[in-house]
Amino acid sequence: MERLKSFVELFQRQRRPGDFVFATAFMVFALVSLMLLPQETRWVDKTPLFAQPAFWPAVGVFMMVGFGAIHLIGSIASERSPGRGKEMLYWARSLEFVAWFLAYVLAVPVIGYLPASLLFSVLLVWRLGYRSVQSFAVAAVFGFTVVAVFKAGLNVKVPSGALYAYLPDSIRTFMMVNF
Amino acid sequence: MDALLSGLSLLMSFDVLVALMIGSIGGVIIGAIPGVGPAVAIAILLPATFALPPLVGLVMLLGIYGSSMFGGSLPAVLINTPGTAVNALTTYDGYPMTQRGEATKALGLAYGASFLSGILSILALILLSPLLAKIAPMFGAREIFLAALLGIVLVIVAHRGQIAAAGMMAGLGILLQSVGMEPVKYTMRFTFGQDWLTSGLDLIVVVLGLFAISQAFSLLVDPESAPDAAPVKGGMGREMLGVLKYKRVAATGSFFGVVMGMIPGVGEFTAQFMSYTLARKRSKTPEKFGKGSEEGLVASESANNAVPAAAMIPLLALGIPGEALTAMMLSVFYVHNVVPGPALFRDHIDFIYALYMALLALNVIVILFMLVSSNWLIRLIRIPTRFLGMMILMLSFVGVYSLRNSAVDCAIAAAFGVLGLILKRLHLPVVPIILGMVLGNIMEVKLRAAMARVTSPLDFVDRPIAAFLAIVIVVIIASSIRAAIQNHRLKMVH
Repeated sequence: MERLKSFVELFQRQRRPGDFVFATAFMVFALVSLMLLPQETRWVDKTPLFAQPAFWPAVGVFMMVGFGAIHLIGSIASERSPGRGKEMLYWARSLEFVAWFLAYVLAVPVIGYLPASLLFSVLLVWRLGYRSVQSFAVAAVFGFTVVAVFKAGLNVKVPSGALYAYLPDSIRTFMMVNF
Repeated sequence: MDALLSGLSLLMSFDVLVALMIGSIGGVIIGAIPGVGPAVAIAILLPATFALPPLVGLVMLLGIYGSSMFGGSLPAVLINTPGTAVNALTTYDGYPMTQRGEATKALGLAYGASFLSGILSILALILLSPLLAKIAPMFGAREIFLAALLGIVLVIVAHRGQIAAAGMMAGLGILLQSVGMEPVKYTMRFTFGQDWLTSGLDLIVVVLGLFAISQAFSLLVDPESAPDAAPVKGGMGREMLGVLKYKRVAATGSFFGVVMGMIPGVGEFTAQFMSYTLARKRSKTPEKFGKGSEEGLVASESANNAVPAAAMIPLLALGIPGEALTAMMLSVFYVHNVVPGPALFRDHIDFIYALYMALLALNVIVILFMLVSSNWLIRLIRIPTRFLGMMILMLSFVGVYSLRNSAVDCAIAAAFGVLGLILKRLHLPVVPIILGMVLGNIMEVKLRAAMARVTSPLDFVDRPIAAFLAIVIVVIIASSIRAAIQNHRLKMVH
């Protein structure tokens, strides 16, 4: 028993709130990947081990399981710091901004890059608690600048919005190409 | 000499010079804003550089990489907040000097040390290049495989106290790079029957998620903060010359920066740690370290700024990136079908020299810019953090979406953004995931090529460089295990 205790103490480390939750979740992910390895990769006949399609995914999964287990043991063996719930709430709060980001992504091909960027910047700034006209103006100018630099300037591939098709002939092509 | 001149002529084109200016000055600005950093900026700009010729794109990214540390020292010295992660050690001595009313002196020393080490490291590498050009062709598939394996081993063991976390993240990276259709037998790996996974996970999508989007989420969720700093007064140029008082410290720091930068997986932090520790050991006033020591400031700034040039060596000579930023730069090569590695060093040494001269020029541009713009840059420190979060999120969209106009890519990047946020909060390493992805791919390709000519395991290490690399790997693993056991025994005794 003493030996086991001493062995476990070998893995003690600094532990922050939420560490155990993450270590456990990662271990579960690693074990599920290990279980899925035979289904999600192929073993090809008459092919040496190192050239098997399953070889490198297996290396990755075994590293995840091995090191993940040590990390989990370390988490269990280390002194717990309070605040797990609060920390997980912090992680969850980022999901709101995932939604904002994905809404922006989905809006671009529909309403166009420039209108979506202006809306995104101004609305998000409002959501973040800024209320001054100056803040909204700076956000809008920033949104416009990003579109102008990347789409009009550097010609990065961003599709024009479906709504641009309803614009007057005189500006339709200009908007499609530049904004 | 001809190659040097040819490199100079490559550099002297309008596009390259503009890219150099944008990269250098942009890097300083990005470095000066706490919460952005070169990784975020490079990740965002990466897809935009794909449309540019390789030298132009690389010079711009290299400019950001090399100059961000200059800018990062500004908030580190003035408000005790490092602009980039590698400026953390600068706060130890820089901020106490500011508190003593010596902000100008601290900034002058930081800029002077960065400039001196930047120049020294590039000169060292220009002198080393002919030797590297001779050694690089000796690297065949098995040597490159072993060097990549060494990179993975080093990135794991370099995370002292977090070896298990670094190992599992490197494993995750290796697994992620294998997702999709395998290119030799055309079988699917971890695609779960989903078409959108057939082409695999794009490295840039993962990088943008882990570095840029996670940083945006972190700034958006955290409470608002808008740090303030008093303007800098006095002649910065004269204070910069003060670094000459600590020539030996700066030269030692540069040496550590060059050596550590060349070793994959090690980088700035180890170089800084070694430079700082040695400077304290040699100092006549070691008790001042951490309390506003000029030597300490020079030791830390000289070590970190010598790394970018050196970090390009494994990338250019072997095609092996040593850390996340050079891993991103590797994508620029791949997009242009330019394969970095021994052939590049052998056949296009002028290209290599052009990059080194670009680094030299960027140090000059940056130092001139810093001398006249420090007070203007202080205003950037004051950008409210949540507003900055909105800006990074918006820029991240361009980075991800412009790759292949895929909403799925954006969703994947957002998922990696949440993962990056959690890892940051838990102080777990992110870089091993990226290196796992890049080096995992290199190892897969090179091992397959190498084993085609190998009949017994000993054949694998029958060439001197391969044997040397294999021995180094074994020694590093063995000494790391030994150190862990000794550390545990020491703990038990106390």
